[in-house]
Amino acid sequence: MAEKLGVYICSGCEIGKNLDVEALAEFVRNGKHKAICKLVKTNAVLCSPDGRAEIEADIAAAGLEGVVVCACSPRAKWEVFNFGPKTLVGRVNLREQCVWSFEDDPKFPDLMTVLAKDYINMGIMNCSKSGIPEPEVPEVCQTIMVLGGGFTGLTAALNAATLGKEVVLVEKEDALGGYAAKMYKSFPLAHPYDQTQDTGIDKLIGAVTDNPKIKVFTGAGLANLEGAPGLYKATVKTAAGEEVLDIGAVVLATGWTRGEASFLEPLGLGKLKNVITTYDLEKMAKNGGIVRPSDNKPAESVAFILDVEKCMEGVDWSRGEVCEPVEPLPAEAAKKEEGAEEEFVYQDLESAKHISYSSEISSLVALKQAGYVRERNPNALAYILYDHMMVPGINEKYYKAAQDNPGIMLSKARVTEIAEGAGGGLSISAKNTLIGESIEIQADLVVLPTAVVPVTAHEPTINLEYRQGPAFPDLDLFDGFADSNYICFPYETRRTGVYAAGCVRQPMTMATCREDAAGAVLKAVQCVNSANHGVAVHPRSGDKTFPVFNFVRCTQCKRCTEECPFGALDDDEKGTPKPNPTRCRRCGTCMGACPERVISFANYNVDQIGSTIKEIKVPDKIDEGGPRVIVLACENDAYPALDMAAMRGHKWSPYVRFIPVRCLGSVNAIWVADAMSKGIDGVMLLGCKYGDDYQCHFVKGSELCSRRKENIAESLGRLGVEPERVEQFEVSIDDYDKIPGMIEKFMNEVISKYGPNPFKGY
Amino acid sequence: MSNNSILVVGGGFAGITAALEAAEIGHEVFIVEKNPYLGGRVAQLNKYFPKLCPPSCGLEIQFQRIKNNPKVKFFTLAEVLSVSGSPGDFTVKIKLSPRYVNERCTACGECEKAASTLVENEFEFGLVKRKAAYRTHLFAFPMRYTLDAAKCGADELRRIKDSCPYDAIDLDDAEKTIELNVGSIVLATGWKPYDVAKLGELGGGKLANVITNMQMERLASPSGPTNGKILRPSDNKAPRKIAFVQCAGSRDQNHLNYCSYICCMASLKQLSYIREQNPDALVVVYYIDLRTPGRYEAFKRRATDDKKLLLVKGKVAKIVEDAGTGDPTVTVENAVTGIRSEERFDLVVLATGMQPSIAGRDVPAGVSLDEDGFIISGMDKGFIAAGCAKLPLDVMKTAQSGTGAALKAIQTVVGR
Ligand SMILES: Cc1cc2nc3c(=O)[nH]c(=O)nc-3n(C[C@H](O)[C@H](O)[C@H](O)COP(=O)(O)OP(=O)(O)OC[C@H]3O[C@@H](n4cnc5c(N)ncnc54)[C@H](O)[C@@H]3O)c2cc1C
Ligand code: SF4
Ligand code: SF4
Repeated sequence: MAEKLGVYICSGCEIGKNLDVEALAEFVRNGKHKAICKLVKTNAVLCSPDGRAEIEADIAAAGLEGVVVCACSPRAKWEVFNFGPKTLVGRVNLREQCVWSFEDDPKFPDLMTVLAKDYINMGIMNCSKSGIPEPEVPEVCQTIMVLGGGFTGLTAALNAATLGKEVVLVEKEDALGGYAAKMYKSFPLAHPYDQTQDTGIDKLIGAVTDNPKIKVFTGAGLANLEGAPGLYKATVKTAAGEEVLDIGAVVLATGWTRGEASFLEPLGLGKLKNVITTYDLEKMAKNGGIVRPSDNKPAESVAFILDVEKCMEGVDWSRGEVCEPVEPLPAEAAKKEEGAEEEFVYQDLESAKHISYSSEISSLVALKQAGYVRERNPNALAYILYDHMMVPGINEKYYKAAQDNPGIMLSKARVTEIAEGAGGGLSISAKNTLIGESIEIQADLVVLPTAVVPVTAHEPTINLEYRQGPAFPDLDLFDGFADSNYICFPYETRRTGVYAAGCVRQPMTMATCREDAAGAVLKAVQCVNSANHGVAVHPRSGDKTFPVFNFVRCTQCKRCTEECPFGALDDDEKGTPKPNPTRCRRCGTCMGACPERVISFANYNVDQIGSTIKEIKVPDKIDEGGPRVIVLACENDAYPALDMAAMRGHKWSPYVRFIPVRCLGSVNAIWVADAMSKGIDGVMLLGCKYGDDYQCHFVKGSELCSRRKENIAESLGRLGVEPERVEQFEVSIDDYDKIPGMIEKFMNEVISKYGPNPFKGY
Repeated sequence: MSNNSILVVGGGFAGITAALEAAEIGHEVFIVEKNPYLGGRVAQLNKYFPKLCPPSCGLEIQFQRIKNNPKVKFFTLAEVLSVSGSPGDFTVKIKLSPRYVNERCTACGECEKAASTLVENEFEFGLVKRKAAYRTHLFAFPMRYTLDAAKCGADELRRIKDSCPYDAIDLDDAEKTIELNVGSIVLATGWKPYDVAKLGELGGGKLANVITNMQMERLASPSGPTNGKILRPSDNKAPRKIAFVQCAGSRDQNHLNYCSYICCMASLKQLSYIREQNPDALVVVYYIDLRTPGRYEAFKRRATDDKKLLLVKGKVAKIVEDAGTGDPTVTVENAVTGIRSEERFDLVVLATGMQPSIAGRDVPAGVSLDEDGFIISGMDKGFIAAGCAKLPLDVMKTAQSGTGAALKAIQTVVGR
């Protein structure tokens, strides 16, 4: 609670041309907040060096706890209006949201001043209810655990050790090296990208085993991972028994397993003896000759099939609908099955799609293995039949090199049938090829691709001791890959502190695994470092606040623990939420979920926003000053879109009031109920897209908000207010030309269909 | 004692990522960017494949991270002049070109109104002109105008200066050189679109209705020159029959001798731009292979499930213009049927590739480039390549590469 504020009103950027800033200052001086507004000033250009200097001097001289800058958007002039960590800054967006976007309604006089006064009072209230956070700094462990000792895991372990970190490497098999150790050779991993090369795995294993900072467990598994980033207790199980280790963060590099043979059956695998996979051929090449399994005759012609269309029949490629049907909230669903002990069942996510997803590796492997065939027998022939030769980027050079090999025949083809051929060989029929409309090829061996299936498609792997379960949630969105849904932030998932790399994340080459391992290690080290300073990681990196629980009022309804997108809250023995601040991303979803208003942040809380809403002056009757609508807008996307809409000269109703929120997930139903009981006619919730291609930076915030609508509707029903007065909209940051229309439509519909809020004037 | 700071050359997605990831571990970082804004090429894109989400969404978060982190410092209109020293102890000279607009600028745009000289608009790839006093784009960061003083006469300059209500035009601004001491250097200089003028047989840069895929991004962008309406340049008509020519300049030893990785996915993405505005437009994609690696396959399957889309494996030999209508006619040989044919379109999009922006330019001693201009070595000398300066990559892999580069840069400065 800040009680010494300075209020500064700028008259630059057309604010002064449209508003009487002196009168506004007088309004504050004599207004309801005069007790806490110690200084109220106006300035021609507040962001000028003089303007800033004046504020700075006032803070020192008057001991101001906070300043309320009534000028432009908080996204503008951020460097100017920053007075260090000890001074609160409230921004009142008079420029974009009051002056630039103002659309007059001749029915009432001076609506812009009415708007400005509301915003200024709201800003003062908001700032006064804010506080300076004091971070919670736990004693953290810096050790990095790497799960999986394949190419990615080994690279990650070395990278972390080079940074000076202690490393624990856990490998399931008895030997290190993963699949790379079983390979004969690799396709190119470095410049000039045109030659088959050694995998380099032996050297890598040697470097890891020789490194004193890396403790290696082989024949080992992670039985349990308990705690939170910086504070994990990992139970590692080996033949010798169990060991519990202190761990800071985890790099998940458990790689892949080869796909089920049955998915390749349409191409003859399992039915025809001489149809094998690249996995089998690699083994043959490593251990000796390339032969036909039926009679061990050295293969003189080998056909590599990359066109797998025959295996894709009936596969559903559609994405989930953007707006899924409203499911009950997890807490409600859980209530229904009360008593029943929840048993975790892991859904297996492997499908034929994994064959397609592996197309890049499959293409490179076919090129490589065609080379093996030629190397073993210079008279042998290799065919590669592809739909699209999937060697994007620099690997095109490897493809070019293969084209120069006279014994490698490459063609686009749609493979129609593989059958027994003459002399114990096979006959491959194909159409639409570059060598004829329909062709037939005889080969000793047919080699099908190996699907790269992430281990997480089959089992939880990370075995978290979290209330929300042992695995990454949402793996079904990525067909079992432990991937991120963010293009820009590929390491961000719903489990802080665990960073996936290599083929468990995406099908990728070892050259890419090498980069990926470095990236994941950086994120792991960064996470531990942030925990060590008591600050958040992405996307609110550096945020010192964390949710504080007032447990006295908690009814153990479990909504917060169910809804936290990051699984940050466990239950203690009594069923009370147990926060794990180092897992938390500070989204405020728990705060939005809590019906008892138990959860708050130092600088963002239920009372603060609720009180801000109450600062809006609502005319007793619509025909005495117009309707009022509040817009709760996601500060990351909707709010910038509004700024840009104003910059582009869009105008909208003078009866809306915007309030930025961290995420729609943080919107507490009480805000809506309070607004309604004040006589506000409608509430718009502007948040990010949800569904399979969600854009919410906190993953689930906007979706949870939409699912909570049921609760909101219920409480509005109790008040006797139409639930349609509250509506959520999906807004992207580039929807600046669409938002004004959305506002207009909503205003018209609410007022024309439902008329004034019945609570007006109470 | 080694210097812990990191210099990041290039403020595109790779550079911003590398800088932030290192800064959030506590390292001081400096970003040196030659444009007047941060964000690089992605700032010019409308949407990202495969999610079809706007690039500014991720950039907004990156810019917030920059705003909130005092360890990140950036310079725009800046270029590295020279580097001396060794890993752990580099001295870097940076040239800061004058912006002629100081920090008082509120981006009110008065100077733009006062300016009269029109110049080539690089940001919009020549689709429109811009004033000599300009803001590159709506989402510019930092949000500050720039003045091309060299392009204006003295009178105009005076008018521009007088128009600014905030005294932000500084005509005395001049080139400066500053010196920084850093421990390691991330090279994230990214890419440029391959010069279509070199694709003469495809009408590149000559035929009005033969545009590049980057121009298509601008046409589809809501803040672009047409406010997001896809209109063909010659007569501003909405095209109803559109061709995409894949590998325009890529996979070709006379041009770029590699595959540019992103152009197939980009064309499928641009198909969705067209579909949003015209569900009935006929679209033909001429390709060698459709390269949609990994889980992008799912996007390809959905995008190509389209009755008005024709995928033709074939190399386009020639594009000519119909003098009366301005319609481009494409000569193509179908690789499967062998049939050579001519097809007339309203608009042709050349799916041009990415060329490393430092190709053919001087690089610091210790860094070497391959024959196409990609950085292939330098790490042992304290130079870490990231993003498309290293390989042709998509944004997801660029972010991955930037994050990994941050780690390498830190490894270079610690433990020395
Ligand atoms: C037929 C074929 C040929 C290929 N050839 C090439 C090539 O020439 N060049 C190339 O770049 N790429 C090639 N690839 C791809 C290459 O295999 C991958 O890029 C690489 O193996 C990925 O490395 P990784 O560390 O992610 O996975 P892996 O090498 O599989 O390593 C993962 C390790 O983790 C272990 N593990 C699994 N689960 C657990 C657990 N729960 N706890 C502890 N440890 C666990 C595994 O036993 C394994 O040792 C090929 C792929 C195929 C299918
Ligand atoms: S703020 Fe967000 S991440 Fe943190 S506990 Fe609450 S819901 Fe979870
Ligand atoms: S991505 Fe597609 S269009 Fe681009 S160079 Fe590669 S194959 Fe050609």
